[in-house]
Amino acid sequence: MKPSRFQYVRPASIPEAVVALQRQNSKVLAGGQSLTPLLSMRLAAPEVLVDINGLSELAGIELRGSELWIGAIARHQEVLTHPLVGTHVPLIQQALTYVAHPVIRNRGTSVGSIAHADPAGELTAVAALLGARIHVVGPHGVRDILANDFFVGPLESSLTHGELVTGVSFPVLDSSWGSSCVEVARRHGDYALAGVCALVQIVEGRLTAASIAIFSVAGTPVVIDVLDVCTENEKLNLKVQSLIDPDTDIHATADYRRQLVKTLVAQALTEARSNAESRTS
Amino acid sequence: MTTKSFGEPILRKEDPRLVSGQGRYLDDLGHEALAAAFLRSPHASARILDIDVTDALDVPGLIGIYTYEDLEGRVAEPLPLLIPHPALLNGRTGYPLANEFVRHVGEAIVMVIAEDRYIAEDVVELIKVSYDVLQPVVGIQNAKAAHNAVHPSVPNNVSAHSVKEVGDARAMIKAAPHKLSLDLFIERSACSPLEGKGVYAIWEEDSQELRLWSSTQTSTGVRAAVAAKLDLPLQKVECIAPDVGGGFGVKIMHPWPEEVLIPWAARKLNRPVKWSEDRREHFISSAHERAQEHHIEVGFDEEGRILGLDVTFFHDNGAYTPYGIIIPLITSTQLLGPYKPASYRVEFTSLFTNTVLVIPYRGAGRPQGVFAMERTVDAIAKYLRLDRTVVRERNFIQPDEMPYDLGLIFQDGRPLEYDSGNFPASMAMLKEMVGWDNFETMRSEYAAQGRKIGIGVACYVEGTGVGPYEGGFVQVETSGRINVATGLTSQGQGHQTVFAQIVADELGVPIEDVFVTTGDTRRFPYAVGTFASRAAVMSGNAIALAARQVRDKALRLAGEALECDPHDLEIVDGIVRVKGDHTKSIALKTVAVLSNPLRYAFDESAKAATQFAVGDTSKPPVPEDQEPGLEGKDYYSPMASTFANGMHAVIIEILPDTAEVKILRYVVVHDCGRVINPMIVEGQIHGGVAQGVAGALFERMAYDESGQLQNASFMDFLMPYATEIPTVEAGHLETPSPLNPLGIKGAGEAGVIPGSAVFASAIEDAEGFEIRRMPISPSELWELRRTMKENA
Ligand SMILES: Cc1cc2nc3c(=O)[nH]c(=O)nc-3n(C[C@H](O)[C@H](O)[C@H](O)COP(=O)(O)OP(=O)(O)OC[C@H]3O[C@@H](n4cnc5c(N)ncnc54)[C@H](O)[C@@H]3O)c2cc1C
Repeated sequence: MKPSRFQYVRPASIPEAVVALQRQNSKVLAGGQSLTPLLSMRLAAPEVLVDINGLSELAGIELRGSELWIGAIARHQEVLTHPLVGTHVPLIQQALTYVAHPVIRNRGTSVGSIAHADPAGELTAVAALLGARIHVVGPHGVRDILANDFFVGPLESSLTHGELVTGVSFPVLDSSWGSSCVEVARRHGDYALAGVCALVQIVEGRLTAASIAIFSVAGTPVVIDVLDVCTENEKLNLKVQSLIDPDTDIHATADYRRQLVKTLVAQALTEARSNAESRTS
Repeated sequence: MTTKSFGEPILRKEDPRLVSGQGRYLDDLGHEALAAAFLRSPHASARILDIDVTDALDVPGLIGIYTYEDLEGRVAEPLPLLIPHPALLNGRTGYPLANEFVRHVGEAIVMVIAEDRYIAEDVVELIKVSYDVLQPVVGIQNAKAAHNAVHPSVPNNVSAHSVKEVGDARAMIKAAPHKLSLDLFIERSACSPLEGKGVYAIWEEDSQELRLWSSTQTSTGVRAAVAAKLDLPLQKVECIAPDVGGGFGVKIMHPWPEEVLIPWAARKLNRPVKWSEDRREHFISSAHERAQEHHIEVGFDEEGRILGLDVTFFHDNGAYTPYGIIIPLITSTQLLGPYKPASYRVEFTSLFTNTVLVIPYRGAGRPQGVFAMERTVDAIAKYLRLDRTVVRERNFIQPDEMPYDLGLIFQDGRPLEYDSGNFPASMAMLKEMVGWDNFETMRSEYAAQGRKIGIGVACYVEGTGVGPYEGGFVQVETSGRINVATGLTSQGQGHQTVFAQIVADELGVPIEDVFVTTGDTRRFPYAVGTFASRAAVMSGNAIALAARQVRDKALRLAGEALECDPHDLEIVDGIVRVKGDHTKSIALKTVAVLSNPLRYAFDESAKAATQFAVGDTSKPPVPEDQEPGLEGKDYYSPMASTFANGMHAVIIEILPDTAEVKILRYVVVHDCGRVINPMIVEGQIHGGVAQGVAGALFERMAYDESGQLQNASFMDFLMPYATEIPTVEAGHLETPSPLNPLGIKGAGEAGVIPGSAVFASAIEDAEGFEIRRMPISPSELWELRRTMKENA
C-alpha cells in the first residue's frame, strides 16, 4: 500500500498551478482525504501531484453579491463552523455534519469533495440541489460550470484535463427558504446507504417551492422538483421511486435502499418545512 | 502496611509512554532495513504455470526476487502443523511461498526485497504470473457438496470429524415429551488488530546469531520455529515482541510464512530486512474465524429442562489447518455453558475452503457455540411460553455441584471440569441490573409512542488459563529497582500494571519500583504465549510464586543481618523490619547488596558488598545451598483450566421503517474470580463487548463465489467506531478459583463471547420472528421482515 512514484509540485500562484497541471497525467491535491487512499492502493497513479494548499487566493469563505463563495482550500471544518454559511446557506452545514469524522474534516476540503464528484458525497447533492456554480480555471482561461452540467457520472465531472476548480458559489437562501439533510449510514460518518437533501420555500404560509436531491442511489445526485406532489405521500413516493435506480451490494439490497429513500424523502421535507418556519420566525 | 494494590483500580503503568507517542511498534524499528513486499495470489484456486520477472529486474533499488524454487532446506518444506489432534485426519499446511498451487486469494507467491517498500511494491507490479485458474470452493455449502477439492488428496474437503457423547442423547430426545430442531449460522469475521503483523530480522554474520522482532503473541514460539526452519541452534536465535498493537488471536499463529522468510532473507543477504503487513494483506493473507453452521435437535420436559441435546455442526477452516482444529473443539465443549442437559451428543466436521485460513479469534469458537445454545434455550422458552431466564435457571449447574465434571475432554486434552461459579447468583444480579422483571412496562411505554424495543439475554462459561505453563522471574537490584520478567507477550492488556501489582503486594514494595518485561526471549526463554485468557492466570501466578521466593530469601538474609528470626520480619515499602520494632530494619536494596558478595567496588553500594566489608569468614561467601543475587524464578503449571463465566443482557430499539438497531442499554455480569485490577478487567470487557457488537451487527467477510473478498478494507469491512458502541454497565461477581494460588480466572475474551447470542435474542424479542443467522444488517433484517410478512 505505497503509491507508485510521482512528482510533487507546490505552485505559488494560480497560473503556475495551471501550467503544472498541463503536464500529462497530473492531478490536483487538495485535502488528500480521497486521493491519498486511491494512490496508496494504486487505483490511481498520477505522474504529477499539484498541491494547491499554498494558494492563498483559494482560501476563505465570502459573500459575493447574492452568492456565497467557498474557496477550494477551505476545510470542511471551517465551512461547518463558519457563521456566513450558517446564515446564508444552512444546508451546507446540515449536510456537513454527516461528512466523515473530525480528523478527516480538518483536512478534507468541501470544494474538493465536489470536484471529486462522489455520488455518495453529501456536498455533491447540496451543490446539485442548489444549482451551485463551479468556478474553473484552465489553459483556456476561466469558466463557470453549473452543478447540473458538472456531475457527469460516479467520480466523473465535466472538468477537462488541466483544469482547476478555484471555488464554488452557492445561491444565498433568504429566510423564506428552509432546508434539511438526512441520511442512513451503517456507521457514524460513513458514506450513506441513501440520503436526501430537501429545499422548500414558504411565502406567506404557502409552499412555493419544494425540491430534493437524493444521493448514494445513482451515479450522480438525483434532483427532483416535488412541489406538485409533496403533500401527497403516495404520489410523492411514486414519483421519486420512478427516478432512482439503486444497486444491491454487500451492504444493502436495492429494495432496502428504495425503502430508505421513501422514509428519508418524507423526513427531509418535513424537516425542511420546519426549518423554513423557524428561519422566518 | 504498604497499601495493597491487588484489587485496586491502579492506572496503567504503560499508558504515559503509549499515549505520548513513545510506543515502539514493529514498523517503528529498523528504518535502515531492506523492505520486503509480496506478490500474492489474485485467484482462490489456481496452478501456477509461470513466473516471469524479466520486466522487474532493472528496477533501481531491487535487491532480490524469490519464489518457491529459491527456498532452501527446511524453509522449502511445508509449514508446521502446530496442534495435531486425533480427529484431524487430513491436516494440511501451506509453504512459505506457494509451491505450484495457490489455495486462496492472498497466498504469497513471490517475495521481493528492495531498498524500500515503495520500490519493492513497484517490482511486485512488474512480475507476471500466469495461472491455470481452477474452480474454487467457497462457503460451507460448497465445501460439503465437494464438486471441487481444495486439496486433491483430501476427500470431500473434510479435514476433521469428531463425535462426542455423554449419555444417549438421541434416545433421550426421542423419548422426550417435547422436541425442537433449529438450524443456526454464524458468518466469518476476523481479529482486525490495529497493527497488522510484522517481522524485522538482523543477522550477525560474525557471531552467526539471529535477532528478530515480530509483532507476535508468542516470541518463544516464533523463536523455536525459526531456529528449526533455519537450522540454527536455539541459543543463536532471540525473538522480541516490541509494543504490539493488538492481536486478538491472529498473532498466536506461528510461524507465519513471513516469520520464516524475513529471517531467512536477512541471513542470506547479510542485511537487516523488515516487512510490515498492510491492511489489505491482513484481510487476505492473515486469518479469519467464526464461520459455522449448526443443526440442533433438543428434547425437553414441561418445565423446560433439557433431556437431550444433539448438535451437528460444520466448521469452515479455510485453506489450511496450521493451528489444528482448536475452534470446533472449543465450540463442541464450551457450547453447554452454564447448563447441564441430561445427555449431550456433538458431532462436527471441519471443512477446507479456498479462503483465508482460520485460527482462534478472541472468543475462539465460543461465540458460535453460545449462539447455538442460547438460541436453543430461547426457542424452548418460546415453545413452552416461559420466561427466557426461567428456562435458563432451571437448566443451570448449581453452586453446590461445583466442581462439575461435564464428561468431556477440553481443548488442553484434560477433563472438562468447572472449578467454580454461581450461575443463579449471576443471573439474579443481571436481572436486577437490567430491570428484567419490569421490562414489559418499559415495552408498553415505548409502544405507546410507536416505538419497538426488545430485550435479550445470553450466558456463557469460558475455560481460561490453559496450560501447559508460564514462568516468572523477579529480581531486586541494589538500587531498589525490581525487575520482573515473564515470557508471554503483551498486546495492550496492561500486563506491566497487573503483574507489578502482584509483585508489589507479594514483596511489600511500592508499585513504582516494579518494572515488567514481557515477550523477550533474552529475558525469559521459557513460555507459551498470550491467548485463551491465560496471561493473568498463568504468568500472574508464576510471578507471584517467584516473588514469594524472593521474599523468603530477603527475609532470611535480613534475619542474618539483623540477627533475628526471619519469621519476626515483614517488608513494608521496600524496608525489611522487625514486626512491632521498626527501629530494627534494613532496606530491601541493601539486602540485595548483601545477597551478592563482590570483589570489586564500582560504587558505594558495591563497596558495601565487597569481601572485606561483609561476611562470616567461617562460611563460604555464598553458602552451599544458595545462589548470589536477590532473585527468584518459578513456574505455574495448572492441573486444569479454570472456568470464568458471565451473563449479558441488552435492550435495543429497532426503527420501524429502516430496521436500524439502536442499543439502549448493555449490561454485563462477569465472574473472573479475584480481580487484580477492576479497571483493567472492565477495559477488557468493554473491548470485548465492542467486538461482540461488531460481530453481531457490523462485521463479516463478504466473499463472492469466485473467492474474492469484496470488503478487504475498513471502508467496507464495517468495524464499528466508538460512536456505534454502547456504554457498558458491568457488575462483578467474584467466585475465586480454587485451582491457583491467587484465585483468579481469565477475563480477556469474555466480553465478546455472547455478542451474537444476546443480540439475536433481543431482535427476536422485538420483532417476534426467529433469528437464526448472525451477523444481521438493517437491510437483512428489513428483508427478513418482508419475507415473514409474505409468509404469514
Ligand atoms: C474515512 C473517510 C470517510 C469519509 N466520509 C465521507 C462522507 O461521509 N461524505 C463525503 O462527502 N466525503 C467523505 N469522505 C471524503 C472527504 O470528504 C474528502 O475530504 C473529500 O471528498 C475530498 O476532499 P479533499 O480535499 O480531501 O480532496 P482530495 O483527496 O485532495 O482530492 C479528491 C479528488 O478531487 C480532485 N480535486 C480536489 N480539489 C480539486 C480542485 N480544486 N480542482 C480540481 N480537482 C480537485 C483531486 O484531484 C482528486 O481527484 C471521507 C473520507 C474518509 C477518508
